[in-house]
Amino acid sequence: MTASITTRYETIIGLEIHCQLGTATKIFCGCSTAFGAPPNTQVCPICLGHPGVLPVLNEQVLAFAVQTGLALNCTIAPYSKFDRKQYFYPDLPKNYQISQYDLPIAANGWLEIESPDEQGKFYRKRVTIQRLHMEEDAGKLVHAGAERLSGSDYSLVDFNRAGVPLCEIVSGPDLRSGAEAAEYAQELRRIVRYLGVCDGNMQEGSLRCDVNISVRPVGETRFGTKVEIKNMNSFNAIQRAIDYEAKRQITALENGERLVQETRLWDEASQRTVSMRTKEGASDYRYFPEPDLPPIQLTPDQIEHWRSHLPELPATKRHRYQEELGLSPYDSRVLTDERAMAEYFEGTVACGADPKLASNWITGDITAWLKTQKQDIRSLACRPSDLAELIGLIQAGTISGKIAKELLPELLANGGSPRALVEARGLTQVSDPELIGQWIDEVFAAHPQELSQYRSGKTKLFGFFVGKVMQKTGGRADPQRTNELLKQKLAP
Amino acid sequence: MITLEQTAHLAHLARLELTPAEIAELSGQLGAILDYMAQLQNLDLADVPPTAHAVNTANVLRPDQPVPSTLTEKLLEIAPAPEDHFFQVPQILREG
Ligand SMILES: [Zn+2]
Repeated sequence: MTASITTRYETIIGLEIHCQLGTATKIFCGCSTAFGAPPNTQVCPICLGHPGVLPVLNEQVLAFAVQTGLALNCTIAPYSKFDRKQYFYPDLPKNYQISQYDLPIAANGWLEIESPDEQGKFYRKRVTIQRLHMEEDAGKLVHAGAERLSGSDYSLVDFNRAGVPLCEIVSGPDLRSGAEAAEYAQELRRIVRYLGVCDGNMQEGSLRCDVNISVRPVGETRFGTKVEIKNMNSFNAIQRAIDYEAKRQITALENGERLVQETRLWDEASQRTVSMRTKEGASDYRYFPEPDLPPIQLTPDQIEHWRSHLPELPATKRHRYQEELGLSPYDSRVLTDERAMAEYFEGTVACGADPKLASNWITGDITAWLKTQKQDIRSLACRPSDLAELIGLIQAGTISGKIAKELLPELLANGGSPRALVEARGLTQVSDPELIGQWIDEVFAAHPQELSQYRSGKTKLFGFFVGKVMQKTGGRADPQRTNELLKQKLAP
Repeated sequence: MITLEQTAHLAHLARLELTPAEIAELSGQLGAILDYMAQLQNLDLADVPPTAHAVNTANVLRPDQPVPSTLTEKLLEIAPAPEDHFFQVPQILREG
């Protein structure tokens, strides 16, 4: 039943993402943007919208917005302006929000996502970015539980967040599933974190995602009735909200119901979307140019200056890791998720380490260690050059992989030269056939019973002898050489 | 020309409560203002680039340096309904 439904409809999804820009001060006044301050301690007449005040644009907001636009392959507007978006809401002190309407700072870009399809095979897709603009955030309404119960007719508002700079990024209607939409949001988060313009913290609201979603029969070119979903505070919630909403819309159409254009909230507790029961279509924001803020004019030189300072972005790194270093799409994705990890990996490879081995160590043992020790790769005592040296020791056969794993916690915690550590601990791998031969003879002498069992056909015991040699030498015997010599000695 | 319905709609958007007499009076006045502005349509502006601002300046920016917020107490004091460190505002999601 489900199969016939999903083959007949497609889901059309576009995302509007608000990123809080990580500036020290608000967009139009000098109030601090620090999170978690006591209520209304970071306010002034400008962000409270008192009459006669003069907002002035924070230059860092402009720089961050342009950098983000460039990273998203947008065209940066040579002439851009601010407008007043007028509506009434108790968290909006001026009864208008300063935003950008018809001349946003950036438009017509794209970003590339790379994610596994239902069969686990990675595919790449370009998602268009329609526009990116700067605007101010609103305050925060506090509904105290007791007041609601007592039927009080007012709320309380904290304006610390009013005037915090936001960058709104609007995608084209290019996404087709909850998983794809979540991947797009994650890629955008990676990009703003690489740029250092936004910390991407969804729990604290630094990255907020609204979804526009409609369904239509496959083959239909017109869009269906669009529904907006709000209130998802994780990538997982975005995916689940979309999957739920697509099913709801398809079921409604199958039952011959008419969908209404509306805003719905994702309810985490019940895992469904619920209508906000607000009248849609009545919004009339009467935008007009903000007279207090002069326009922004940028020269090609200025724009090029910002472009030349962009870091290498995750999608470019993923391409390079796969095409130049031979890594899998999966490993490339894990390594590039955080810029610090990607740079650690690149540092290790630059010191001569094999990329595949470096990737395995970093995404495996090192990531696990960082997690249990609650440490950050940026403050790791073991430098990329140290890791490269360790990998070199394994490849040269000086130590076994097993010994390397044992040394790792010490190296990660204290840093230093792996070679020196190996020598100080006497852990150098032994490949000398004479010495290994001697150890094998000693093992045979200590286990005559197993030896005769082996000789009478119980060849499964081969591994037992290897284990005994390793145990005897604390893992220092070269495993390959040990195998060869054992085979020789056990041969009839 | 502006209709009574248009004036009523504008008044609603601006959250103004007007009597029918006021709507009629304002419709006349707003219509006169629009007619006055419409004289601009007679000018030949083919060579004049559009602008959103009357003053010919651009890029007025300030550095991202915090200024201590020292006026909290005063700003709360002059608000219509302060409560502790908050501003009281009308509740938007009324039950029932
Ligand atoms: Zn302020």
